Amino acid sequence: MLQKKFKLFLYTALVAPVAFCLALGTASKVEAQKEIRLGFLTPLTGGGAQLGRDSVNGLKMYLDEIGYDMAGLKVKLIVEDTELKPAVAVTKAEKLIRHDKVHMIVGGVMGSTGYALGALANREKKLYIASIPASDDLTQRKLSKWVLRTGWAGSQPGHPFGKWAYEQGHRKVVMIGADYAFGHENMAGFHRGFEDAGGKIIQKIWVPVMTTDFGPYLPLVKKEADAIYALMIAAMPGPFLKQFKASGLKMAILGGGTTADETVLPNMGDEALGVITPLQYSAALDTPKNKAFVKKFRKLHKKVPSYFSESNYTTAKWIHEALKRVKGDISDINRFSQEFQKIEIDAVRGPVKMDKYLNPVHNIYIRKVERINGELWNTVVATYPNVSQFWTFDPKEFLKNPVYSRNFPPCNYCK
Amino acid sequence: MFSGRPRAVFTVLLVLVVLAAVTPFLPEYVCILLIQALIFGILAMGLDLLLGYTGLPSLGQAAYFGVGAYAVAILTTRYEFGFFPTVVLAILLSAAVAAIFGLIAIRAKGVYFLMLTLALAMVVWGLAWRWTSLTDGDNGITGIPRPELGFDLGIYINLFYFILFVFILCLGALYVLVNSPFGRSLVGIREREERMRMLGYNVWLHKYLAFIFSGIFAGIAGVLWAYYKNFVTPDDLFIDVSVEALLMVALGGPATLVGATIGAGVIVFLRNYVSIYYSGWPYILGAMYIFTILYLPEGLMGITRRLRRRAKAEKLDE
Repeated sequence: MLQKKFKLFLYTALVAPVAFCLALGTASKVEAQKEIRLGFLTPLTGGGAQLGRDSVNGLKMYLDEIGYDMAGLKVKLIVEDTELKPAVAVTKAEKLIRHDKVHMIVGGVMGSTGYALGALANREKKLYIASIPASDDLTQRKLSKWVLRTGWAGSQPGHPFGKWAYEQGHRKVVMIGADYAFGHENMAGFHRGFEDAGGKIIQKIWVPVMTTDFGPYLPLVKKEADAIYALMIAAMPGPFLKQFKASGLKMAILGGGTTADETVLPNMGDEALGVITPLQYSAALDTPKNKAFVKKFRKLHKKVPSYFSESNYTTAKWIHEALKRVKGDISDINRFSQEFQKIEIDAVRGPVKMDKYLNPVHNIYIRKVERINGELWNTVVATYPNVSQFWTFDPKEFLKNPVYSRNFPPCNYCK
Repeated sequence: MFSGRPRAVFTVLLVLVVLAAVTPFLPEYVCILLIQALIFGILAMGLDLLLGYTGLPSLGQAAYFGVGAYAVAILTTRYEFGFFPTVVLAILLSAAVAAIFGLIAIRAKGVYFLMLTLALAMVVWGLAWRWTSLTDGDNGITGIPRPELGFDLGIYINLFYFILFVFILCLGALYVLVNSPFGRSLVGIREREERMRMLGYNVWLHKYLAFIFSGIFAGIAGVLWAYYKNFVTPDDLFIDVSVEALLMVALGGPATLVGATIGAGVIVFLRNYVSIYYSGWPYILGAMYIFTILYLPEGLMGITRRLRRRAKAEKLDE
């Protein structure tokens, strides 16, 4: 009797999950016709949570403005948390493609995530729009028709910034930065720009990603340098600048855009004053478009927008424009991509268009942190218009070099 | 595993056959998750050999998993090794690392063993993170090709069958292992180490071999992971992986082998499937752990055992 009951239990235990899965399978086949599904990947938890919040808020702000309607298609936005880890991003991208059947993947933050998603996009033959990841090679040597970039290439702002720094009288610069793809590339851009102009990089210090204790590294900094170039990301800039000021080092602080962007600026104090960084956006940009953008964003989210917000806002607009051009017909993703590449956008950051290698050409602003009415802002002190990822180099010659890395360009003046 | 009873073996085989028959009709995403569950199942079963059968709680399985995965990544992308040499070398490397770490870790017991294995695994993680010329550091290694074995492993259902095949081989091997005299002595060591020593068994050698075997299965799981994911990063050998493996075994039921796989399945599906509908899935997972520890110290597999025991008891009453 009980034996029978046990058997019954066993078979139910076997059959129930199978039936459950089958039911789920049929349920997910129901598909609405007239919608565009965007899979958005961004960190919502962990050290990159603020970057993720700014990103999603920027994207959603545009979608709200258009009432989630793009050229007659209803926008279905599915947001997934990457935890700032490339491996998680790939798993979530697989979910977005297989389970949600998204038309394209948008977002990511880390340069390493960019490379991972680029490889996935190629394998899955899915369009990936890199709105933040600045991994150089995605639009250089690993160029693929499946990867469109609306953000920036990591070394892009560094080339003009290196020239600018030399013109300001800096001759010897020490560099310190996060030891991963984006860090290598971003620092190499400045390295090349600065040395081409005549300056010397005398030291490069690499710190692990997400380091917040710089005690072991600051004593290494060579004191004869005129300036230090610091490339910090996510939660790193605050602790770095505080500890740098406390260490008694007096040299000027330059840096990558992420060292003083608007994700970290509101939480910083006097230690950030005077830090100069280049980027394609500043919340202090003095244009009517940006002023309106900042005003609205602040009203909605009680915070100044960062380039993460601007880039994703612009990306949504870009997708919208491309959909208008194909009249809401998303069945041919290649045609959509072709139209996407032709668009010149009058974006919040300024005019943006795509080069032949699918990376944006846009203004690079040299920004200095100043206190205005009690708040820290990235005041624009110089503008380099229409900067491409290849700066003034010939793309073909440029691409003959290996991708920027720890060892390229070689540090000729490091001892 | 099933105390060697034919009915239990039959049940497991039946489940595997049903799984193989049903999967082609499931959504592709579920198929991907099954692949993950099977891979983690192999990792967890390997750990079960240590934790469940030998009583050694290792918190360092990520090291051998990661070494297997990185070996595949480096050998295939840098040196373009073929499938078989890659797999053999990768598994040998995992075994070698386990053999070295085992020499250090086996000296300790209980919490000290846990801490030692954890520390050793963190060394490997640190290497993957900082030895950038070899591992490309935080970027990870992308573009690992799927093996070419005459059928297209780019299609998930094919990959699923391939991994199911490997899983069955691993399960079979572990089954033979734990039911062999060697496996029996491991249980003896778990229950009463001193007595085993008194009886003349080389306790150290038994533990050491179990440690290496456990590392080998973690390595196999790592190899499959790299081929499935086409991508490895230092995260793949971070402490999270080790902890998760431990939880899988605890959840499914130690010293049951299949329990570890069930634990792996539950965790993979909670994290990747339930999370779609309920963002608070970690609460469910947490509640499950607490429930398991309080009421099911033998894990999910303990449910059937309890039922069976009760059935037997009532039969005696009659």
